[in-house]
Amino acid sequence: MQLITTLLAVTLGAGTSLLYATLGEIYTERSGILNLGVEGMMMMSALAAFSVSFYTGSLLLAVIVAMAVGAGLSLIHAFLSITMRANQVVSGLSITLFGTGLASYLGQRLGPASNGRNLAGMSAKSFSDISVPVLGDIPILAAFFNQDIMTLLLFIVVPAAWIFMFKTRSGLTLRAVGENPRTASAMGIPVAGIRYIYTAVGGMLVGLGGAHLTLGYTPGWSENVTGGRGWIVIALVIFAGWNPSRAIFGAVLFGGINAIQFRLQAAGTVIPASFLNMAPYIVTIIVLAVMTLLGRKRRGTYSPPSALGTSFAIEDK
Amino acid sequence: MKKIVVLLLLLLAAGTVLFAQGAQEAEAADDAFKVAFVYIGPPGDLGWTYMHDQGRLEMEQNLGDKVQTTYIESVEEGPDSARIMGQYAAQGYDMIFATSFGYMDYMLETAMDYSDTLFEHCSGYKTNDNMATYFGRMYQPRYLSGMVAGAMTETDVIGFVAAFPIPEVVRGINAFTLGAQAMNPDVQVRVVWTYTWYDPVKEREAAIALLDAGADILAQHQDTTEPPKAAKERGKLSVGYDADMRKFVGDSVLVSPVWNWGPYYTETIESAMNGTWEPHQFWGGLAENTVKLSDFSPLVPQDVQDAVLAKHDEIVSGAWDVFTGPIYDQKGTVIVPKGSVMSDGDKLGMAFFVKGVVGSVD
Repeated sequence: MQLITTLLAVTLGAGTSLLYATLGEIYTERSGILNLGVEGMMMMSALAAFSVSFYTGSLLLAVIVAMAVGAGLSLIHAFLSITMRANQVVSGLSITLFGTGLASYLGQRLGPASNGRNLAGMSAKSFSDISVPVLGDIPILAAFFNQDIMTLLLFIVVPAAWIFMFKTRSGLTLRAVGENPRTASAMGIPVAGIRYIYTAVGGMLVGLGGAHLTLGYTPGWSENVTGGRGWIVIALVIFAGWNPSRAIFGAVLFGGINAIQFRLQAAGTVIPASFLNMAPYIVTIIVLAVMTLLGRKRRGTYSPPSALGTSFAIEDK
Repeated sequence: MKKIVVLLLLLLAAGTVLFAQGAQEAEAADDAFKVAFVYIGPPGDLGWTYMHDQGRLEMEQNLGDKVQTTYIESVEEGPDSARIMGQYAAQGYDMIFATSFGYMDYMLETAMDYSDTLFEHCSGYKTNDNMATYFGRMYQPRYLSGMVAGAMTETDVIGFVAAFPIPEVVRGINAFTLGAQAMNPDVQVRVVWTYTWYDPVKEREAAIALLDAGADILAQHQDTTEPPKAAKERGKLSVGYDADMRKFVGDSVLVSPVWNWGPYYTETIESAMNGTWEPHQFWGGLAENTVKLSDFSPLVPQDVQDAVLAKHDEIVSGAWDVFTGPIYDQKGTVIVPKGSVMSDGDKLGMAFFVKGVVGSVD
C-alpha cells in the first residue's frame, strides 16, 4: 500500500509540468494553430521563473513572469502564423530553436557575479509539498494530496479546461474556429482574434509547465532543463485526442514511467535496464494503436481539429 | 507581406545560430598558435564541459600570448561535428581538441583531410599521424571517493546514478565499490542507469529512486549536480563528480573525483608549438595530475581522510593499483587472482560488475 502511494505521488509530481504544457497546447491546437515552439517556450519560462524567484524570492511573481514569457513567445508565433500567415511548422520550430538558445545564453549571464554570472548551481525559493488536512492522511489518496501547490491546482484546472471546452459557448466558439474557420467567420466570430487569444492562453499554460520544472520538480536552473519534454508534449496532445481530461493519462504515463523504472532498477530487478528504458515507447505504441482502434468505433473523438495548421483570411476563397 | 515573413524567420534563425552555438573568438596576435576546442555540452554545465573549459583557461594562463584559443559548445556527435572541425582546420587553426567519444570517426576523417593540423580526441582509441587521444584514469580518485562513502554510510547501501553501461562507467562503479568495501565489507552499491549523460530531471528521478531504496549516500557518473541536490534535500550525503560539487551544493557533498585538464593541455600544446608533438595515447592518472580528488567536506572524519590520503600516495607512487586481485564478479567468480594486477587492456574493456554491486551491466 505504501509502495503504491509513493509510486502514485512520484508519478503525479513528474507529470505536472507535462500536463500544464499539454493543456496549453490543446487550447492552441483547438483553435487551429499548431505551435511547435513548446520546447523553447518551456525552456524560457523555466529560466524566467527561476531567475525571478532567485532575485525577488517571490514565487507568485516568478510564476506570473513565467506565464508572461510563455505568452510573449507564443504571441510571436501567433503574429507569424496568423497575421503573416507563415508556415506554422517553420515558425514553431524557430521559436523552439530561439527559446532554447536564448535560455542557454541568458542562463550564463543572468547569474550573480560570485558565480561567474552563471545561474546554474544557484538555489532559490521553490514550492514545497503541502499536505491537505484529513485527505492527506488516507492511504492511496495521500498520494494526491501531498503535493506542491501547482500539482494541487491541477485538480481544478483540468476539469475546468474540460468544462470550458465542451460545455460552454466560448468553448464551442474555440472549437468552431479550429474545425472550420470559414463557417465560424460567417457566423460573425472574429477568427484571428480568437486564435490570438488561445495561442496566448496556451503559451501561459506552457509557461506554467516550465515554471514547475525549475520551481517544483527539479528546483534550480540547469542548462537544457526541459531535455526534450516540449516535444513529448506535442505527442501527448495527439495521445490525448485534443481532450483535456485524456491528457491526464498521457502526462502521468510519460511522467511516471521513468520514475517507476528507476525504482525497479534501484530495487535490483532482473529486467535489463535497457528494456526498462524502452518501456515508455512500447507503451506509447500500444496505447496509440488501441486508441486508433477505439477511434474507428467512435468516429471523430480522436481526430485533430480539421483546420489545424492552416492559415485563414476572410478574402480567401 | 511574404517578404517580411521570410525576413523575420531569417532573423530568428540567425539569432538562434548565434545564441545556440555561442562560438567565441578571442583576439590575439596573428602569429599566435591557434587552438580550437569542440565541446559536447555548454561550459555552464558545472560538469564535464565546465572542467574542459577550466583546463583551457588554465592552459591559456600558462602559455600567455603565444596561444590563441576558441571553443564551440554543444556540438552534436554527428556529421555536423566533422564540418565544424573541418572549418576550424580550414581557417588555419593549428590544433583541434574534441571532448567526447562520439566525435572519434568524424575527427579521424577530418584529420586525414587536413594533414597540417594536429588533432586530439578525448576518450577514444583511434589515432593517425596527426591525431592523438587523451583521457584520464578516473577510476583512481573514484576508488578513493568510494573509501569515504564506505566509511560513512550507516545503512550500508550506497546509490550510484550512472549514465551508460560502457566500460568507462562500469570501471568507475567497480573502483568505487572496491574502495567502499575496503572500509566496510558489508557495503552494497545499487546502480541505476539513466541512459543519458546530461538530463537534470532524469538524474533527479534516479537519485530519488535510490534514496527511497535505502541509500544514504549517492555517487554518480552524470554531469549535473541534481543527485547531490536531491540527497541534500533529504538530509542525505553524496559524492560528486567532474567538478568539486561541494562548491555548488554544500558540505553534504563529502568529496568529488574531479578532472584537471590544465596540466595536460599545457603540456601537449607546448610540445606542438616546439615541434616535438607525436601521436600518442595518453591515459593520465593521479600521478600525472590529470585526475584529482577534491578537498574533503568538513563532515569527513579525520581518520577517514588520513586513510584515503595514505591510499592516494600509494597510487601516485605506483606501489599499488586499484584493480589488484583478488577481484570477484557478482557471481563470486575470481576475475583477477590474488597478487596479480589487471592489465590496462582489460581495464579499458571492462564489462562486468564486481561483487557487492546491485545492478546489471546491460
